[in-house]
Amino acid sequence: MRAADVAVGTELPERSYPVTRADLVRYAGASGDFNPIHWNDRTATDVGLPGVIAHGMLTMALAARAVTAWTGDPAALVEYHVRFGRPVVVPDDDAGATVTVRGKVGAVGDGGRVRVDLTVTSGGEKVLSLARATVQLA
Amino acid sequence: MALDPTLVGRSYPPSAVYEVGREKIAEFAAAIGETDPVHRDADAARAAGHPDVIAPPTFAIVLTLSAAGVVVEDPDVDLDYSRVVHGEQRFTHHRPIRAGDRLVATPVIEAVRSVAGNDLLTTRVDVATETGEPVCAATSMLVARGAS
Repeated sequence: MRAADVAVGTELPERSYPVTRADLVRYAGASGDFNPIHWNDRTATDVGLPGVIAHGMLTMALAARAVTAWTGDPAALVEYHVRFGRPVVVPDDDAGATVTVRGKVGAVGDGGRVRVDLTVTSGGEKVLSLARATVQLA
Repeated sequence: MALDPTLVGRSYPPSAVYEVGREKIAEFAAAIGETDPVHRDADAARAAGHPDVIAPPTFAIVLTLSAAGVVVEDPDVDLDYSRVVHGEQRFTHHRPIRAGDRLVATPVIEAVRSVAGNDLLTTRVDVATETGEPVCAATSMLVARGAS
């Protein structure tokens, strides 16, 4: 994607990512975040959650994938900010949960800096209450 | 219990060096389902203009989560960690993290606030090479929910 090809309002292709319990275990190992609310139902319900939830950082990483797939260059993402609104509850079944990412260009700055405003949902609810990525396009 | 506002600006010593490995980057990319070859194939990364494979944009959390642990362990930071949730996260990248980087992470307390009975603690972890080249910053806002 090149700066000349985008304008305020340009939409990114919508992308959906499945998240299963196995994905949470894999992410725990790769990231080093072994908080049991991400793999143990007993702990999750003890702290008042409906069940095991995805790492917020995994949801953030999936939303970034939608941006870097659009730019075609993972190095283009220079600034990225999210606010975690609602947890992604991941049921203990083969389907798991689905995280859906939509995005729209919110601002086009000088020198090819483009702000993408993301809408990230799971089960029809917004899971990130604010999610903005700034990419540096050629 | 509200956090002490004089904590703002408190910084901590740099972490031990974290050496970024190709296999760790590939493992992290696989865990988030990212298949772009720049994360696992050094030739593909070089063809894209990088000296070696590069990490996905949120990889820095691997270092910064443990680096921020020193703030958590600071006895002056009176936060009930059994009630903490991750409120916000920001990454600012000066360049991608890449295999072979020898990185140090330096935490600083950026803000403390109290909102509606909840304590908010914002830490920033600056990541640089051991020779001082800035690579990225990771800012995390933690929320300790007030006792209901």
